Amino acid sequence: MHIGKFSFALLMLLAGSAQAAELTGTLKRVKDSGAITLGHRESSIPFSYYDDKQQVIGYSHELMLKAVEAVKQELGLAKLDVRLNPVTSQNRIPLVQNGTIDIECGSTTNNTERQKQVSFSNTIFIVGTRLLTKKESGVKDFPDLAGKNVVTTAGTTSERLLRKMNEDKKMGMNIISAKDHGESFLTLETGRAVAFMMDDALLYGEMAKAKRPGDWAVVGTAQSFEAYGCMLRKDDAPFKKVVDAAIAKAMTTGEAEKIYAKWFMNPVPPKGYNLNFPLSDSMKGLYKAPTDKAYD
Amino acid sequence: MNYNWNWGVFLQEAPSGADTYLGWLLTGLKWTLLLSLSAWAVALAVGGIVGVLRTAPGRALSLAAASYVEVFRNIPLLVQLFIWYFVLPELLPVKMGDAFKQMNPLAQQFIAAWLCLGLFTAARVAEQVRAGIQSLPPGQKNAGLALGFTLPQTYRYVLLPMAVRIVVPPLTSEFLNIFKNSAVATTIGLIELSRQAQQLVDYTAQPFEAFIAVTALYLMLNVTIMSIMRKVERMLRVPGFIVAGK
Repeated sequence: MHIGKFSFALLMLLAGSAQAAELTGTLKRVKDSGAITLGHRESSIPFSYYDDKQQVIGYSHELMLKAVEAVKQELGLAKLDVRLNPVTSQNRIPLVQNGTIDIECGSTTNNTERQKQVSFSNTIFIVGTRLLTKKESGVKDFPDLAGKNVVTTAGTTSERLLRKMNEDKKMGMNIISAKDHGESFLTLETGRAVAFMMDDALLYGEMAKAKRPGDWAVVGTAQSFEAYGCMLRKDDAPFKKVVDAAIAKAMTTGEAEKIYAKWFMNPVPPKGYNLNFPLSDSMKGLYKAPTDKAYD
Repeated sequence: MNYNWNWGVFLQEAPSGADTYLGWLLTGLKWTLLLSLSAWAVALAVGGIVGVLRTAPGRALSLAAASYVEVFRNIPLLVQLFIWYFVLPELLPVKMGDAFKQMNPLAQQFIAAWLCLGLFTAARVAEQVRAGIQSLPPGQKNAGLALGFTLPQTYRYVLLPMAVRIVVPPLTSEFLNIFKNSAVATTIGLIELSRQAQQLVDYTAQPFEAFIAVTALYLMLNVTIMSIMRKVERMLRVPGFIVAGK
C-alpha cells in the first residue's frame, strides 16, 4: 500500500536522522561549545588538589584527563577547551545537575542516595573509613572514642557513620563537623579533637601535609568501604559510556596502576611526602575487573 | 535539567533518631535566633559606648574608639571568625587554651561566633550612633552644658535621646544584617540554619528543597524583625522633631 510504504519510508527517515543526531546530553554540549568543564577539589590530597603553583593535580584528576582525552577522540575534535571549576562536598551535586560542570572526579563516593540525583562512572578508587590520631593519643580503634571529641568533615559519609555509631552505641562522642578536610585536620592538630574520621586515603593525604607527619597514625578497623566514582549528569548514557570505557581501559592496561604508584607510593607535592599507601586487595580486584557498582 | 522534586522530604525521619528533617531546620532556626539576638545585645552595648566615645572631647578616648571601629570594620567577618575560633585559643596561655578546646564543641563554636558577630556589628553600630550624635545641631550640646549639666548628663538627657531616635532606621538594617551574617558560623560547624540546610543536602541529596525552605525561613525572620522595628520607630517618634510626625 501507498500509505504503508510511505510510513515505512518515513520511519526509516526518522530512524536515519535519529542516528545522525545521535549526540545528546553532555557529548552534544561539548561538541557544540568545543569546551568541557571539569569539577575538581582543592584539598583532597592526593586525589584532586592544588599544588604549590595552584595547578590542579592528583590521582583522580589524571584519570579525569584520560576521560577528557577519550571524549575528544570520540567527538573527533582537533581542539578541546578544558575548563576547571573547583567544587566542595556541599556544592558538587548541584553543580553537576545544573550544568556548571560536566564531570567531577575527586573523592566523591558513589552511593544509591546520590544515584537518585547524579550518575557515576566506573569506580576509580576504593577506600575504607578509619581514624587519624596522634601516635601517643592511645586511640587504637573506634570504641576508644567514647566520650571524646571527634572531628569529621561535613557532608561526608564518615559524618553519617560517626553520628549513627554515636546514636546506636550511645558512645557520648562530641562530633565536630568541619568545613573541609584541611579544617578537620587543623581541628585535630590544635587538640580540639582526639581523632579525625575519614576515608583512609584522605587521612594519609592529610598526614602528608602535617608539620611532622611522623607524629600521626591511621588506626582502627574500616567502618565501611566506599567506591569513589566520577560524577556525571543522570541519564546521560552516551557520555557515561565514553568515560567508563576510558577508565576501564586505563585500569586493564596497567596504566592506572602506574598512576596509583605515582600518587600513593612516591613523594607527592606540596611537601614531597610519600603516602606509602600500598595497593589494597579491593583495589587490585577493581583494576582487574572495572565496575561502577556502589557499596551501599 | 533533570531534578527529582520531593517536598515530602521534610517530613521524613532524619537519621539522627526521633526527629524529622523539618525538625532539623527548626533546630537550626533556634540557633540562628539565639546567636543573632545574643550577638545583637553585645553589638548594642559595645557599639553604643564606642559610638559615644568617638564623639567625646578626650583625644585618647576618641582615638581608642576610632581604632576599635577601624579594626573590626575593616577585617572580613570570615577572617575574624577564623581568628576567634582557631587562632585565639592558641594565643592564650596553654592551660586556658586547652581548657577552651576541651569544652563541648557546640559551646566553643557558639562563643566564638557570638563574640565575633557581636563585636563586628558593634563597630558598625558605633558608626551609626556617632553619626546620630553628630547630626544634632552643636547648639544642643552647648545648651545642655550652659544649663549646668555635666558632659555625661548632657549626653544622657539631651543628646542621646534624640540621637537614638535618628538612628533607629539604620540600626534596623544592622539588626537584619546580623541575622544574615550569622550564617558565617556555619564555617566553624555551628548547626545554625544554613548549616542545617547543607546537612539536609548531604543526607537527602535534595538541595533545592533545602535551600528554598531556608530562604523562606530567613525571609520570614527578617520580615518579622522589620515590622517590629517599624513599630518601635513609631513608638519612639517625638512629634515635630525631624520627622514630621502625625
